[in-house]
Amino acid sequence: MSRTEASRRRFLGGCLAGLTGNACGQGRAPAGQAKQDPAAGRSRVVIARDPALRAGGGPDSARLGKLLDRLMQAFYGVDNALEAWRRLVRPGEVIGLKVNCLAGKGASTHPELVEAIMERLQQAGVRSRDILVWDRLSEDLESAGYRIATGRDRARVMGNDLLGYEDELSAYGSAASLLAKALTQICDGVINLPVLKDHGIVGVTLALKNLFGAVHNPNKYHPNTGDPYVADVYMLPPIRQKVRLAICDAVSGQYEGGPSYMPQWSWPFNGLLAARDPVALDWTGWQILEQERARRGLKPLRDAGREPKWIATAARHGLGTNDPGRIERLEA
Amino acid sequence: MSRFQDRRTFLKGAAALPCLARAAGGARRAEDEARYVAEARYYEKLPHRKIKCTLCPRECVIDDRERGYCGVRENRGGIYYTLVHSRVCAANIDPIEKKPFFHVLPGSTSFSIATAGCNVNCKMCQNWDISQVRPEQVRSLYLPPKEVAALARQNQCATISYTYSEPVIFYEYMLDTAEAGRAAGVKNVVVTGGYITAEPLKELCRRVDAVKVDLKAFSEKFYREVVNGELKPVLAALVALRKLGMWTEMVYLVIPTLNDGDQEFRDLARWVKTDLGVDVPLHFTRFHPQYLLKNLPVTPLKTLERAKAIADAEGLHYVYLGNVPGHPAENTYCPRCRRVLIQREGFFVRSLHVRGGRCEFCRQPVPGVWEKS
Repeated sequence: MSRTEASRRRFLGGCLAGLTGNACGQGRAPAGQAKQDPAAGRSRVVIARDPALRAGGGPDSARLGKLLDRLMQAFYGVDNALEAWRRLVRPGEVIGLKVNCLAGKGASTHPELVEAIMERLQQAGVRSRDILVWDRLSEDLESAGYRIATGRDRARVMGNDLLGYEDELSAYGSAASLLAKALTQICDGVINLPVLKDHGIVGVTLALKNLFGAVHNPNKYHPNTGDPYVADVYMLPPIRQKVRLAICDAVSGQYEGGPSYMPQWSWPFNGLLAARDPVALDWTGWQILEQERARRGLKPLRDAGREPKWIATAARHGLGTNDPGRIERLEA
Repeated sequence: MSRFQDRRTFLKGAAALPCLARAAGGARRAEDEARYVAEARYYEKLPHRKIKCTLCPRECVIDDRERGYCGVRENRGGIYYTLVHSRVCAANIDPIEKKPFFHVLPGSTSFSIATAGCNVNCKMCQNWDISQVRPEQVRSLYLPPKEVAALARQNQCATISYTYSEPVIFYEYMLDTAEAGRAAGVKNVVVTGGYITAEPLKELCRRVDAVKVDLKAFSEKFYREVVNGELKPVLAALVALRKLGMWTEMVYLVIPTLNDGDQEFRDLARWVKTDLGVDVPLHFTRFHPQYLLKNLPVTPLKTLERAKAIADAEGLHYVYLGNVPGHPAENTYCPRCRRVLIQREGFFVRSLHVRGGRCEFCRQPVPGVWEKS
């Protein structure tokens, strides 16, 4: 039996064991944040790919798990995946996995990826019941292949519609929103799990924009191709402080027609991207999408009237860098 | 969040209605959601299951499973739906003066309803907790059009008001309710920001009796920076209302430092005089710190009085001050004999000297809606 299979069995056993307890983790010191940046002054973006990742319609779970390990080892510069995860989370913490499920199956964060991450989190000491898979709406999660789970004795899978929002506004610049309690009250740390795809209004939707799912009014933030809204929302302190890492699901990419799933504009990228710097990740993802657009004969997003200028705005806010000279791009 | 003010009064009148009693007493069930959904009247289908909403000047292009800026209209598989038909998040019986309408059935009450959502995002919004949320984020009642009309009659309301949030975004519900109201002998009045395109406005005007437009400022800069909208379409809507013969009143919320300059007041008054006419009532109302403008002070009375003096000097006949209870500028004066026609104190009418649409003293016509259905 492989280690992965054994781990999965242990993970599922943990889910079903009827563990009880309070999932809230307020007051704990967060992991991941205090650690030195691996690229020392530069923002590391790791891209891991496996040409044989897909099996049939979706990713092969075993290969995806191995790809995830390769990604994390490269990002943290360690030769052991577990060590990488231990640098990201600590036992006793409540960890949120912010998926992106608006598009349903085909252009949402794959459940296979989430399953692999949950498994690694538990190996790193996070209890099953301290994991929250979360997005804006429960129905979006279901449409992307997740099963809603609300019990406190195992990993929860829920939308903000069930978890609720704060009563007081949080504001920064153009953004004024009620934040999701998943972010403010439940999770000690969040792993951001966007999808590599085009967006018909704001250009692309990657790490920064995925946090629109943490506010009650994302519909207010699409004018002017999302600039400065996307950057301003990410500046809200709980978002900035709690999101520790972005792992972008690039099993498939979609270079046109997003955020809805449009199979005719989807292509097998067979990869994952990781970055702590959301700006660097978004800039890198944007370039990947532009390259694919060019390869397919589509005009650049700037000429299509939807250049994601908010990436530069986010850089000016100090959320990260969009300067290619300061992005350390590693192919794992 | 709950916005059922004057709840005791409201529910007392409404208790006989099973639908309301049920909705008020229990939690909303998932299967109830479907009854709030109706296909939108104004949108265009685009390739790849996208749509373009044509209800308001924003003209949102919306992907499948996404919502428009208003947050209450959703593209489902290439068909655009309103999610707030009969989904009332605020219901009250208000004096008509609270809207404010000063030339519409003075001293009457208005059955006032709203749903969640808005097509702009004003930093000074006093109802942001219902206007800037999605319908599922606020407690709502199921109140179909005929029930609204019945409640209005039962509570001796002369009108139904579509108000509090932004009625343009619950357009279909407003139209259906206005029709039901008319059938029941109740008039319909709309309190809006006027951010609506020409065709829907035209259709609306066939069903309602008066419209009050909140003109937020007289500068595109303000609309861009404070309202998250545009001034030009609002001015176009005001002109269209007048051309369609709709009774129209205007409110201008005077916000210190943002829209309180003499020149802006003067430009506004001149535009009203030229493009709408001197008989359109203009209410300058006092700002109180709200929502995202809590850093600004309450509007000084002197500023309001200056605004009125400028508008009076430009020749407008009916310039009022609002949110200053007891001020003489709350009254309506005859533009010819200068006698007090309607004496008000806050939202209450103390005396009324308009008879058959004329000044009781000098017979000068006084424009407005004075007769009940």
